[in-house]
Amino acid sequence: MEFMNPSIFKENARAALADKDLRSAMAMLNAGMVPNRQAAVDRLPEFTLLSQRGRELKDHVLGNLDFYLESFERNCKAAGGHVHWCATPADAQAAVLKICRSVDAKTVTKGKSMIAEEIHLNEFLEKHGIEPVETDLGEYIIQLAQEPPSHIIGPAIHKTKDQVSDLFLKHHAKLGRTERQTEPPKMVNEAREILRQKYFDADVGITGANYLIAETGSSIIVTNEGNGDLTQTLPKIHIVVTSLEKVVPTLEDATTFLRILARSATGQEFSAYTTISTGPRRPDDLDGPGEYHVILLDNGRSTMLGSEVQDMLRCIRCGACMNHCPVYQSVGGHTYGTVYVGPMGAVLSPALLGVSETQHLPCASTLCGRCEEVCPVAIPLPRLLRQWRERSFEAGKVPGLERWGLSVWAFFARRPWLYGLAARLAVRGLRYLGRRQGRLRTLWFAGGWTDGRDLPAPEGQTFQERWRRQQAERQRGGAAR
Amino acid sequence: MTEPVAKSGREAILGAIRQSLGRPALSADARHELNEHIDKHRANLVPARGKGDHAAQVERFQEMVRAAACTVAVVASEAAVPGAVADYLRANNLPTQVTLAPDEWLCGLDWDSQSLLETRQGTAGIDDLVSVTPAFAGVAETGTLVALSGKDHPTTLNFVPDYHVVALRASQVVGAYEEVWARLRKANKQGRGFTMPRTVNMITGPSRTADIALTIELGAHGPRSLHIVLIDDQTGKD
Repeated sequence: MEFMNPSIFKENARAALADKDLRSAMAMLNAGMVPNRQAAVDRLPEFTLLSQRGRELKDHVLGNLDFYLESFERNCKAAGGHVHWCATPADAQAAVLKICRSVDAKTVTKGKSMIAEEIHLNEFLEKHGIEPVETDLGEYIIQLAQEPPSHIIGPAIHKTKDQVSDLFLKHHAKLGRTERQTEPPKMVNEAREILRQKYFDADVGITGANYLIAETGSSIIVTNEGNGDLTQTLPKIHIVVTSLEKVVPTLEDATTFLRILARSATGQEFSAYTTISTGPRRPDDLDGPGEYHVILLDNGRSTMLGSEVQDMLRCIRCGACMNHCPVYQSVGGHTYGTVYVGPMGAVLSPALLGVSETQHLPCASTLCGRCEEVCPVAIPLPRLLRQWRERSFEAGKVPGLERWGLSVWAFFARRPWLYGLAARLAVRGLRYLGRRQGRLRTLWFAGGWTDGRDLPAPEGQTFQERWRRQQAERQRGGAAR
Repeated sequence: MTEPVAKSGREAILGAIRQSLGRPALSADARHELNEHIDKHRANLVPARGKGDHAAQVERFQEMVRAAACTVAVVASEAAVPGAVADYLRANNLPTQVTLAPDEWLCGLDWDSQSLLETRQGTAGIDDLVSVTPAFAGVAETGTLVALSGKDHPTTLNFVPDYHVVALRASQVVGAYEEVWARLRKANKQGRGFTMPRTVNMITGPSRTADIALTIELGAHGPRSLHIVLIDDQTGKD
């Protein structure tokens, strides 16, 4: 599979569907993540109300984003931190590099950060002679495999246990670990032991942020492994790479989001480690970084404000939309060819990268609506996907055959009598063709569809005919009563 | 270095935000109103499970920390803490060297009563296996410990050792996170606001990961085990 190329979505999807390892890895998602989330939500009767409050808070912040970012900056500086405003990924890369160079950094440990992925930080640091060491186990696995993440909270979710065993043996043998480990506890332990010294040796630690607090100038990370905390505590400098829309007004407001985040993401009551960081070590602290920097990335977010995709800026990156998406579950994250994947990625990527690069992504959805149902901040993902489809059509990105098909459909749809006639003919014709088995194995004009499944033969009436009959029966029934 | 960070980054971004929102910078009145929101820092919605009488919250706290894979030992007084720590080490076949947080209360306990224990105070190094720390609070709603960094509590003690033991008084257990923030605002009050410690660590069980085939394993990078010695400092005080 070719990574990070959204223009070949269809080819990637075909390859993904034939990949047995991927299918077995993705099956775990439906078996685990989906019921776990539901159980966690069911255990908290106030979940829906908290969710609503979260949505309102995000909308309030977005409407006053300039104010809250300025408050955050003022309070972060008052606590001894530094804030770097970066309009583009290149600005953010340069800001990180400048900080790393100030201590002549050789290695940098990293906690999991989607913004670091968005600005392709690892590649950039390597190019400038600085070794980035991913410490989140999932990120560590894909760094060894030289792959991008395939899920926003479980970056290596596409890998089977056996694939990880092979990967560890290949990369750890030179470190004296020549035995192929096949049990997850031993594999986790091997990675733990290998990464341990790296935390102590790193010059700079880079983490993301789930939230920024305007009131206190703090950043928050939510993790389970403890790697983010080791990453930000042990080196001389802590850099937080984050983006504009992560800011919330107060500690109490952040608390509302914390109550919905872990439950939506992993189905936990609370993640193992939620850490609020404010500035560098204090004069009498015995440990902690001497400098604290926050990289505030815009990268198109300021222009999403006030636009028809503004709602996407509410996203708290829980991953519930992809966990519940039948398309994501089938093709996995790499197929999308973008940093952000699944339904939230298909909405966000066109805003970050442009419609023409990413035209297939909004179409990779059945619009079944499960994503919107489970979204803790009620982002209308199906509506936003449809909006991108319209933009793509307007921009002339839709291929000729599809446009022709749509115009044929529009011709009939504008002439109801003709539409009804054509539908009647088609339904009766299909019934005749499928009369033996009650289904159709192939259709000459929809071979792509029938390749993978049979089409049940229609029963002989169009939707409109049945509707009319049903309405008439109902009226008769009503009159009889 | 490719190119210096544009000096105008801040103004350009704030300008773009205002342009998208279709308004200039907020008026003094509007800013005042938003500052009020921050100054009041109202709780949004506290789940019912985080409310209610203290004894029930202490019960819930124990139930939730156990559900998060912690172990708990309840002791009748703080004098029993060193003994409980020694018992824990023995039960888990652990070495007897422990690193204590340099906290006045914790270090003031009678550690000499346990002749087998070797204690030292300070930060955690790579070879430290067991740490013992206090905590600022315990939150019943999810079984979460809250630790504040400071000269008396180095952060490394919470993450580097394989075994983390926390000594917590039952009177430190609260129902909801908001009560911790209220205590923190009071304890660190400064002028009209308060100062945050460098880190506030909210800890719910030992370190874990599900990054290999979605199987949950404990002890990913932080402590493999989190043991709470809960001191019953309230019985008979009401």
